[in-house]
Amino acid sequence: MQHGKYRFIVGFLAVPLGLYTLFVVWPFIQSIYYSFTDWTGLSPDFKMVGFDNYERMLNDDIFWKSLQHSLLFALLLPVVTIGLALFLAFMINVGGRKRKGGPVITGVRGSSFYKIVYFFPQVLSIAIVALLFSFAYNPDSGAINSILRGIGLDSVQPLWLGDPNLALWAVMAVLVWSTVGFFVVLFSAGMASIPVELYEAALLDGAGRSTTFFRVTLPLLWDTVQSGWVYMGILALGAESFAVVQIMTTGPGGPDYSTTVLVLYVYQKAFRDGQAAYATTIGVALLIVTLAFAAIVMRLGRRERLEY
Amino acid sequence: MGSTSAENTEYTGDIANTGDIANAGPATHPADTGSAGVGRRDLIKRSAALGLISVPAMSFLSACASGGGDDEEKAEAGEKTAKNPLGVNDTAGMEFVLFDGGFGKEYAEDAVKIYETNFPEATVKFSATQKIQSTLQPRFNQGTPPDLIDNSGAEQMDMGVLSSKNQLADLTPLLDAPSYDDPDKKVRDTLRPGIVEMGRLDGDPVWIMYYAYTVYGVWYSQKALDSLDEQYPETWDQMLAVCEKAKKQGIAGWTYAGKYPYYIPFSLYPMIGKVGGVEVLDAIDNLEPNAWRHPAVKACFDAYYELYRKGYILKGTPGLDHIQSQTAWAKGDALFIPNGSWVENESANVIPEDFNLAVSAPTGIDSSDKLPFGTIWASGGEPFIVPAKAKNGTGGMEQLRIMLSEASSKNFTSKVKSLTAYNGGTDGITLTPGLTSGVAALEKAGENVVNPRMQDWYVQLQKEQIGVAGLGEMMAGRLTPAETIKKIQDYADATAKDSSIKHYKHQ
Repeated sequence: MQHGKYRFIVGFLAVPLGLYTLFVVWPFIQSIYYSFTDWTGLSPDFKMVGFDNYERMLNDDIFWKSLQHSLLFALLLPVVTIGLALFLAFMINVGGRKRKGGPVITGVRGSSFYKIVYFFPQVLSIAIVALLFSFAYNPDSGAINSILRGIGLDSVQPLWLGDPNLALWAVMAVLVWSTVGFFVVLFSAGMASIPVELYEAALLDGAGRSTTFFRVTLPLLWDTVQSGWVYMGILALGAESFAVVQIMTTGPGGPDYSTTVLVLYVYQKAFRDGQAAYATTIGVALLIVTLAFAAIVMRLGRRERLEY
Repeated sequence: MGSTSAENTEYTGDIANTGDIANAGPATHPADTGSAGVGRRDLIKRSAALGLISVPAMSFLSACASGGGDDEEKAEAGEKTAKNPLGVNDTAGMEFVLFDGGFGKEYAEDAVKIYETNFPEATVKFSATQKIQSTLQPRFNQGTPPDLIDNSGAEQMDMGVLSSKNQLADLTPLLDAPSYDDPDKKVRDTLRPGIVEMGRLDGDPVWIMYYAYTVYGVWYSQKALDSLDEQYPETWDQMLAVCEKAKKQGIAGWTYAGKYPYYIPFSLYPMIGKVGGVEVLDAIDNLEPNAWRHPAVKACFDAYYELYRKGYILKGTPGLDHIQSQTAWAKGDALFIPNGSWVENESANVIPEDFNLAVSAPTGIDSSDKLPFGTIWASGGEPFIVPAKAKNGTGGMEQLRIMLSEASSKNFTSKVKSLTAYNGGTDGITLTPGLTSGVAALEKAGENVVNPRMQDWYVQLQKEQIGVAGLGEMMAGRLTPAETIKKIQDYADATAKDSSIKHYKHQ
């Protein structure tokens, strides 16, 4: 296995690497190339325009607004979603009180039921979730305002998606709702692989729930949390945020640009305005933001790996 | 369903490519292949060969996204005869791609059958799709577009861009050809007012043939007005009085598609035209400086804002989409809604039997308005185009000529409850209440049909800037009319200055 080892490895890697280059790296290079042209996307002729698109982008108020919202999505959504998912997963797997004769470490009563319920939204396509919530947010006859009326809050009838101060939060809430279940299951799986002895030892030392969580569970789960974090960030910058904004919001992207995000802007420029080159320019900006996000998370999250 | 106002509530696919292919590599593989069936050396050779293949494949693909574009062979012209005035090659194939939307595809299939009867040796390839852009954009890029396209729906291709890149054929030969029914009349003389002008973008060539004909205005239930003992109001004071009366009975005066506030112009623009004259609308379309600062614009904005201030707008309207607002209106929660003639078909399942749907030209300010009451916005919908690089563009035009016959037009109207570009075609068929009222409104308008072009020329300005950021905010009470006008004027000025947008002028 020594002689020709590298040739052997290269032989195996050539095909997947070739495919990866062809279908992932090459489109990236192509779109960077197109960002220096004036391609409309509707005809094969175009010419090079240098940095014109980039200059235009830097002076484009809507671009900055979209960037701001995208960054807010990328920072806030992972914190809320993963925080919530960790809490729920902990309660399901570890947080239960000790019952007589039962195992030492257990979840709250009915935890297996909760696990399934939390996972439900994951089964629905994001497009359907967005559509369902846009019905729920209907200020006139939607579920949310009906409930508010039902409990006597007749005076509190927000416009939800129609209110520029609420729309972005309303959209974010949908993303949290639809993704948290996945992370609950992911973290549950991670927690299940943590040896019970560690918990028992912590209990014997008199650790409460929160100490157990911060001193035992979280450090041992760190790798999973970190990859979940990157995954959630990419989700918030990419496809999922596009789907909910495109389907649910006023305009879409409104009211008054209060919910527009980078992916939506890329889509509108490419497919509504016939400015594919400018769209790829924004796409390049999105690529940089995404890469930077992943790099920062990886860097900040670097810790010593614990073996158990 | 209107071509330029249809909402895209469809999830149109991922933009971001997360690159799952990257994970498809061989995860585990037995390392000792020395004695097994295939030798290690062979394996290496084979994978190297595969790797080699992928290199030329890449240079091949580099031509994919925007390559091609070499001249395709065109079908030879046929002989021009009285039956075949365009000179269609009767053996050449013809390809027709239709937008499969609110109007369905039956009307086009019927027209294709006539083409096939007239040219029995020609094969027609007909397809209907909602994904106009995704199916056709690559074909334009490769220079192999079909012969006739109904470029409509949420995935409409920008026709300004198409024409400026010489992708569209001039339809003047079709317009100058004898009409299908009467050889002494040219096709252009059988069309409704404004259709030919709408097909122009810059200069004389006509790039687009709008087939459907849409009446925009204020839609209401005659029954609801009758029960209030009111007529449709002609002046704004009367409008406020009707709304006040309705409010006392717990009915809102107005609602609109709050999430798509660019529905408001369907009644607001013709009102501006009525109050200040067509010149005001033309100046707005031409992006002239201070066009929005005209007193007529201010008067109309003030009038609409009054609806909000007096509480005549249905509660929650800014959060409703077009379907939800139409449903609330059909239930009788609100009297009036700005909309287009597709609403009858779109909301057919919620409009009650005895609703007695009617449309009216917008209410004006008072008798000092420039144009009489009845001034209405009507224009073409369903834009049909013939690509310049089509193999059999003449065939595409002939198909359009067939569709613009009286029989085909009647067939369309009776099947989908909408008028066509063909002037007439309503005799002898039973019209629905909304359609009857639309025809009456057009008759009342006579010459006073306005046709603001903002929504075809400057989609972004019309929809997200004037519509969402301007009118939407004003009607939700978050901007005053003066602030709204300033904001919209700034957007219009920015659009006029933006060199990446193609600019148009009224001729």
